Parts: sequence; structure tokens; C-alpha cells
Amino acid sequence: MPDSLAPNLSVAAVNEPFRTRSGGRIDRAKPLSFSFDGQTYSGVAGDTLASALLAHGVHLMGRSFKYHRPRGVMTAGSDEPNALVTVSRDAGRTAPNLRATQVELYEGLSAISQNRFPSLQFDVGGINDHFAALLPAGFYYKTFMWPRSFWDRVYEPVIRASAGLGKVPTAPDPDRYLQRNAHCEVLVIGAGPAGLTAALAAAESGLRVILCDEQSELGGSLLADTTSMIAGKPARVWLTETLAELATFSNVTLLPRTTGFGYYPHNHVGLVERVTDHLASPDSAQPRERMWQVRAKEVVLATGAFERPLTFPENDRPGIMLADAATTFVNRYGVKPGKRAVIAAANDSGYRAALALAEAGVEIAMIADLRRNPSGSGYDAARRAGLSIETGKTIAGTSGKMRVDGASIASVGEDGKVWNTQDIGCDLLLMAGGWTPTLHLYSQSLSKLKWDDAIQAYVPGAVAASQALRAAGAASGAYGLDAALSTGFKAGAEAAVAAGGDGVTTRVFVTISAEADASTFLGAMPHNRDANRVRAFVDFQNDSTAKDLKLAVREGFRSVEHAKRYTTTGMATDQGKTSNMPMLGVMAQAQGKTIPEIGFTTFRPPFTPTTFGNFAGAARGDLFDPIRRTAIHHWAEGQGAVFEDVGQWKRARYFPRQGEDMHAAVARECKAVRSALGIFDASTLGKIEVVGPDAAEFMNRMYINPWTKLGVGRCRYGVMLREDGFVYDDGVVGRIAEDRFHVTTTTGGAASVLNMMEDYLQTEWPGLNVWLTSATEQWAVIALQGPKAREVLAPFVEGIDLSPAAFPHMAIAEGRICGVKTRLFRVSFTGELGFEINVPPSAARRVWEALYAEGRKHSITPYGTETMHVLRAEKGFIIVGQETDGTATPDDVGLTWAIGKAKKDFVGKRSLARPGMTDPKRKQLVGLLSVDNRTVLEEGAQIVADPKQPKPMTVLGHVTSSYMSAALGHPIALALVEAGRSRMGETLQVLVPGKGSVAVKLVSPVFYDAEGASLDAV
Amino acid sequence: MLIIPCPHCGPRPELEFRYGGQAHIARPVDPSPLSDEEWASFLYSRDNERGIHAERWRHIHGCARFFNVVRDTTTDQILASYKTGEFRPEAV
Ligand SMILES: [Zn+2]
Repeated sequence: MPDSLAPNLSVAAVNEPFRTRSGGRIDRAKPLSFSFDGQTYSGVAGDTLASALLAHGVHLMGRSFKYHRPRGVMTAGSDEPNALVTVSRDAGRTAPNLRATQVELYEGLSAISQNRFPSLQFDVGGINDHFAALLPAGFYYKTFMWPRSFWDRVYEPVIRASAGLGKVPTAPDPDRYLQRNAHCEVLVIGAGPAGLTAALAAAESGLRVILCDEQSELGGSLLADTTSMIAGKPARVWLTETLAELATFSNVTLLPRTTGFGYYPHNHVGLVERVTDHLASPDSAQPRERMWQVRAKEVVLATGAFERPLTFPENDRPGIMLADAATTFVNRYGVKPGKRAVIAAANDSGYRAALALAEAGVEIAMIADLRRNPSGSGYDAARRAGLSIETGKTIAGTSGKMRVDGASIASVGEDGKVWNTQDIGCDLLLMAGGWTPTLHLYSQSLSKLKWDDAIQAYVPGAVAASQALRAAGAASGAYGLDAALSTGFKAGAEAAVAAGGDGVTTRVFVTISAEADASTFLGAMPHNRDANRVRAFVDFQNDSTAKDLKLAVREGFRSVEHAKRYTTTGMATDQGKTSNMPMLGVMAQAQGKTIPEIGFTTFRPPFTPTTFGNFAGAARGDLFDPIRRTAIHHWAEGQGAVFEDVGQWKRARYFPRQGEDMHAAVARECKAVRSALGIFDASTLGKIEVVGPDAAEFMNRMYINPWTKLGVGRCRYGVMLREDGFVYDDGVVGRIAEDRFHVTTTTGGAASVLNMMEDYLQTEWPGLNVWLTSATEQWAVIALQGPKAREVLAPFVEGIDLSPAAFPHMAIAEGRICGVKTRLFRVSFTGELGFEINVPPSAARRVWEALYAEGRKHSITPYGTETMHVLRAEKGFIIVGQETDGTATPDDVGLTWAIGKAKKDFVGKRSLARPGMTDPKRKQLVGLLSVDNRTVLEEGAQIVADPKQPKPMTVLGHVTSSYMSAALGHPIALALVEAGRSRMGETLQVLVPGKGSVAVKLVSPVFYDAEGASLDAV
Repeated sequence: MLIIPCPHCGPRPELEFRYGGQAHIARPVDPSPLSDEEWASFLYSRDNERGIHAERWRHIHGCARFFNVVRDTTTDQILASYKTGEFRPEAV
């Protein structure tokens, strides 16, 4: 049927030699221009990248993963293993590994092929194909083993460079990705005939219904069905009317371009909607993708079925594709995938494809049916049409390099014997291997699959206990249009009733359509060639062959889960959509077992590759994690502070002046605090209000310290352990009243300490009458530290006598400062006279600035966390998480003095008595001085007695904190060293990787003002 | 994401909760007489059920209360949820 010149012949048809003159769901009046590998092509609206390339006769779209074999498009949908491309708008908008069959064409689309160098036609990696004998199953495991030193320096870079799919984008993705939650009674996934009728039935119940489909248009198989009649109308018309009817329901949400990618517990289903990827000029107000987190009462999976390829030698050349894909390209996209076709059929789908191709003018060289006595409506129609049909035929091989140019067709006897090979020229070879219900989501839901011998496929079995779903249509194993429409409606109605709806009508859909056919062939097709020399591909994307699987079985891999990993079959980005059942077929064959005896592999999310953007949503950049800023933050910013992240908080680390680096700034800040006055924002400290008649008893149980006798108006340094006896948190606790404690925690520990307190209070000691309240954000904290602190503070305070006698070290009082309420602590984490002024955050900036202005008389200096660290280290005060690492006892870090010896019990007490906790050889906190008096040690560095000892060395401990001390004029360090307190005065060595070691002397961890004279300086 | 029935607030999404480990492991009223082995067992020994498991959850972004849940770890089916201090329902 050659094209005749029609008067209205469109431009597209002229430029696109394989475009049909009419038909399909494309708009020939809307030509589009696009590029593939730098070459410009034309297509039309409604095309995919794959269909547009096929319109130009381009089949070669990629190179295979391992052997770099030329590969063409094999499918027309999400099961595509070969035609993976990178689509790029710019450096940041680059998406690799997209299936050309799912990429909708738009004006200016730019796509490139992958896994080839320098070009798709000539690929250096193709040399792998000639060494295929050297790349058997498990090649990587067997080859790249020795020597060990080659693992990361030689093998891995080489493997990574030569393997791999698309490349990651080189610039950040500028697009927005949104996430939303949705609730519905019935979620229908898949909008083919079964999904449409399921949605109709559910819609009539009045319940909320969501119907989604991964394709650009709703309709599924109906989009390529040009022959069926439904309710007396062509399928195409029925589809249009049904979509219009669904659109009239306000309770129905229709979502095209939306893939159900994951099925999670309790009917939580992840959908990803591709909002703008199909547009030439996306509206910047729109997100690129929208993730729908759907919580559905009931789910109907109408996900259809994938056609099975056939496993025959050289079944992977460009121009070899699934029969139903060819039907789709002709009927939906108006594209002839070749000029002369051979059809390898084990299912009636092959005949239907042959009829569609013949109708479009493709020559059918032969339908070679593996079956001896095929039957079916497609078969009958093909016979009537006079197509060349041969039965009892196998494919013994194919020829062609960049495109198939012939098939070797041979007779196969019932005994599997093969003879009489005949070579037939063709540029298109179709595979009709039967059908596999698409049950990825069903399996992800943890519902069971069961083997149905009649259709040689896994079908839905028992529904998982925490889920509510059902499958309909081909996904349920009910093949054919009739069954799809009726099982779909029934499933939709049942789902609606199960979700609490009622009033569902029944509908009957009278169809005239092809008979359902479940014929199939699984396993390697028989041939008469040397089995060791031919490759029949099972997993096209990962290049695993029937031979590989047989080798794996011979090597003892009996479990399908093991063989899968060993050969990597089904582990590519296509999740084995086309390879899973053929793999089971070949393994069953090789082991002489049935497929259900072999078992099957687990499906895991996502159904198709899903972008990181979809999962990240808005959680990137500044929105990745909440940022907490104190009331003083902007003041510090104005002073040029350098900030650091402490948990979610931003804390001022130091305040550099012109020309200062961190060390210079910290030295200046330290000197200011020790000589005059520093001001520090301590607002991030965790604060917990412990209130109630049993507050003191609760504190006694939670902390190692005794609290009963702590007087009102006094503070104590508290230490909290976990039940295993290791230091968990610390902080100053003030007693505000008999029944009220103001507890402070570390900045990072605030939430977890409160959680632990609540745990004990609620679940172990519910009888204690105590209330716990987080007060972290109710109090901003301004620390004034230094000899001038009292003098500067006093003028602003009302109601508190600040004299040393009335308000000594470790006192707390409530009063007013600058007219607002304050909880004033006299505490010192620096060793100097110090106050911590708690005020409401709303007043903090005003109080801070008032103190700062007054302090200018004494050169008040704002300081940051770095100076705070140096000052406390000079005093030997620990920081939980720096001196402790979750394995330090109070004794290890010199806090035995804090334990309330008379207390019978507290959290962690019993653990302190375990033998390992009292071992005198435990690591203990010590101070270190570099013998050379100038080397600042590396925090985390290992400490040994003899750096020249053979490896592995006996490590005695490690450096936990290390600073240059401005006050002392030399470096200081804290360390945990085995039996450290008994080693005072000893010299040990701190290892410096690559540079030998530094000699250190072990000293007391208190370096500065051991007698505490500065605390009361006047 | 699970839907967890808080006995105080009703069914809520898992995001609002924090896991609290195995349920019904009471801290000894007086730990001091326990042998090291007994104490170590209290500290560290936990079941790792493939199947029915009683566990604690805290509705940390809700009522903030700890409570108990009986869950089938193979299917995530939640068979019961009840307040701290109550006995595990006999049926599960
Ligand atoms: Zn609650």
C-alpha cells in the first residue's frame, strides 16, 4: 500500500518518511523541531521522542550497559529497557536515563544518547562486545578481587568510568518540586479500560476518587485501539465520552502524567505528577513535579500488563521490538516502525500487530509462530487477510549491526529439535511472547502474588493485612477488553462499598473486540546453534543473557534472589519489567523445575526511576532544615560575626575585626573576658521547667547530683546519665522555689533530654506529681563575664541585691532588668565573675544593647562560641559530646564529686557498679601540654607511648579539645588517656599523620586559676 | 507511613510520633540487688520479633504522651493500641 500523493499532504509527512498519512492521536498540523545527538529532526504534537525518531527511521537510540551493543527502542512505554536518553534544557535542567518512549516531544527538545563514546554509531566501548566471552556472569566479583590495594584506586574508577548510564547534571536544579497530601476513598491507578470503569463506578457512589495514569493521556490500551467497539461506538469515541463523563463529577480528580511509584503501609501511595516536563516554555509559577502523598481508603490497581519479549539468539538488535509496541506506534503515533516485518509470535498479539502494520503499508514477510496450532481472533483475521503465517517456528538468530536486517527462522519439533533454518530479510522483527500482569505496586504493598498456571503468570493473591486494595483488568490476569471493562467496574464498585459508599449501579459494557489470549512461551527458545557462542538477552538493560543465567545455575545459584544479584538480571533502572518472567523461565528450564518452584523476586519502589527533586520537595537550600536564630542574631550579624551551625541553631562563633583571622579574634576576645568584660549570647541553651510537689525527688532520680538540700535561690551543676551509666547531658540547674527548678541543658540536647525525662515520668514513675515544660524559647540568655560584670550590670537591675554576700557564685534570683522580668543566674563557664541574664526574647535585644552601651566604658567585647570553648577548656570544664562520646562515665571525665553518694538510686547508678565501669585502666580526662610549648594539637589525634612501635599500635587515648591559650601564652589540650590520672607528669606522644608525632606532658585538666580566685574578683 | 492510633487522640500519621522501643520492659524498682547479668539483660536484651510485637510510641507532635502499640512487624498491621500502664490486650 504505497503512499499516494494526496493534496493535503502535510509538511511533516514529507520530512518523516515513516509517518502514516492519517490516523493516530497526533496532530500533523503542528510540526515540532527537536534534536537528538545534535542532529535536528521534525516531529508532530502528540509524539514521544521515540515515535518521532521512528518517524525518521531512527531505531538506534542507545548502547547497552555492559557490552555497549547498539540498541533500539523495544517498547512504547515505561517498560523500555534500551532507549534511555538524557533530556537537557540547560546545565541544571538535565535529566538522565529517561525512557524515550515516555518523553513527550516539545518544540526545541534536546536529547542525547548515553553510554557511548564518541558517538552512538561508533562507540569505543563496543569493543567489550568482542570480549563478551571474558565478561561472564559474576565477572566483577570474579575479576576485581586482588590485590586489595587496587580496589579503590584502580578497579573502581575503571569500572565506574566504563559502566554507567547517563551523567549527573553539572549545575544545581533551579526548578521547584512540590509535595502535597491528598485523601480519598478510592484511588485508581491506571486509566486504561479497567481503570476508567473502576473510576466511573466509584464516582457514582459520591466518594472522593483519584484516577491517575503515567501517560500523557488517559486511556491506556484504548489509545492505540482502532478496531474495538464499546457500547456500539468505536473505542476512541467511547474513551472521549467516558473522560467527559468523569470530568462532570466534582468528586473525581483526574491526573494524567502521574505515576504511582510506591505503595507504602496503611494504603499510603506515592504518586509523582510531571507538571511541566512536556512543555516547551514551562510557566515558572508551576512546579516541575508534584508529589502526591495519597492516603486512600481503598485502592484499585488497573495497571495493565507488559508484553513479554522472547529469548532467542541476538534478540537485541535495533529494529527488534515488542509486537504491541509496534501496534501502538502505528495506531497511536502514526509511525511505521519499519518497511518489512517478521513477527515471532507465541501470542495472538503478534497477529494483531501484523494486521495493524499491514494496514499501514508495512510488508509482512512472515509471522513465525512458535505454536503448532495457534488460534485466536487475530490469527483468524491474519489468515483471512492472506498474511504469510508459519507455525512451529523458532528464531535461531538475527543479523544486522546498527539495525536488524534478517532473521533466521527454523522449524522446531515437539521434541525441541530444530532444523531447516531459513534466512529472511527484514528491518523489523516483532516479539509477541505473551503477557505479564503489572503487579509491582501490588507486590510493594506486601500483598501476595500467586501463580496462575492457566495464564502462566503471577496474579494477585492474598491482600496484606494492613492494606486495602484490589486489582482489575489485565493486572488481575483478566485479559481482553471485555474483561477489563467489567472487572474494572466491579472493582470500582466493590472498592466504593468497602470505603463506605453505597448506591453503586451496575453497568454492562458490550464490546466487539479481539479475543483475550494468554498464550506464552517462557524460557530460552530452541535453536540449533552452539549454545556457548550465542547470546539471547534476558535483561536488555543490564546485558544479562540466558547463557549467564544457566552459568549461574551451574555454579550453584539456585535461589532466584541470588542468581538475580549474581547476574544483575532485573536490577537495572527498569526494575526487570521486561526481564523478570523470562529470567524465571530460563532458570526453571535450567533447573528442570516449574516457575512457581523457582519463586520470584521482590518488587521495590519506585516503579519507574523517580527524581530526587520529587522526594526532596521544598526541603533544599535554606528550607532543608529549620534554621533557629536567637533574639541577638541580627545584632551579631551587624557586628560582622562569623556564625556556625549548632544543631539547627546559628551561633556566633567569633567577631573578627578588620584584618583579623579567627585566631587573632579569639585571642582578643579571650583577653577581654579575663581582663575586663565579655558579652555572650547563650540563648540556645536548652531550658526545662521542672515543677511540682515531687520536683526535687524527680530531679534526684534523673540526675547524679543530690537536689533535696539545694536551697531556693541556689544553683548546682547537674549531670545526667543514660541508664547504661554514660554521661548524657549536663547543665546548671537553679532552684526557683521549693517545687520549681530551672534546668538548663546543652544546646543540642534540649529536645532529647526532655524526651528522656518525659519517658521516665510517664512510664516509670507516673506517681510523681511533676510537670515538665520546655522553656528554651521563653528565655533568651545574655552572659556577662569578666571582672567588670557586676559593675556594668548593677545599674539596670531592680529587686536583686547583687553584692557578693547576698548574691554569691551559683545564686539565682528573680527580679527585673531594664523594666522586664529576669531570672538572673550568677554562674561562670569561663572562670571569671559571671552572670547569665535570662529575659523574655522580645526584650533581649534591648537589654543586650543597654548592657553593651554601658559596658563600652570598660571595652566590653562580644565573644562567640570559639572563645567560650577556649575559656572553659582553660578551666578544665568538659563539653558533653566533645570530652564525652557516649562511652564516658562521670568518673572518666572527673565528675565523681557531683554524684549524690547517699542516693539509693538514680538513672545510670546501677550501671556504674558494673565491672567494666570501675576498671582503673579506663580512659580518664587529663590535660596535655606540648613539650615544645608551641604545637597546637589536632583534635581527635591518637596518643601512644612509643610512635615507633609496630602497627597496629597500642593506642592509649585521644585528644578531645585543643586550643591556643591567650591567657597562658601556650597551647593547651584536653584528652582521654588510659589510666590518665595515674600518669600525671608522664610524657606521651600524639601522632600527627604523615609527620611523626608530638611529645606531650600529662597535667591536670585545670590550666587556669585552679583555686577559683577570679570568680570573686571585684 | 503508618497510621498510628493514639489512645488519647485517635488515628494520626506516623510523622507525628517517635518510636520508643519494646514495650513492657519495666525498670526495676530497686536496681541495686540485681546481678550484673540481670541488669545487663534489662539494659540491652530486646526481642527482635518477626511478627507480633508490643512496642512504645510517643505522640511527640501531638499530646506528647507515651503509649503502647501491638504491631505485626511483617505486615505493619496494628492490632491494638493502649495507654501506658495498661496490660497488653489478651487477644493480641
Ligand atoms: Zn496523642
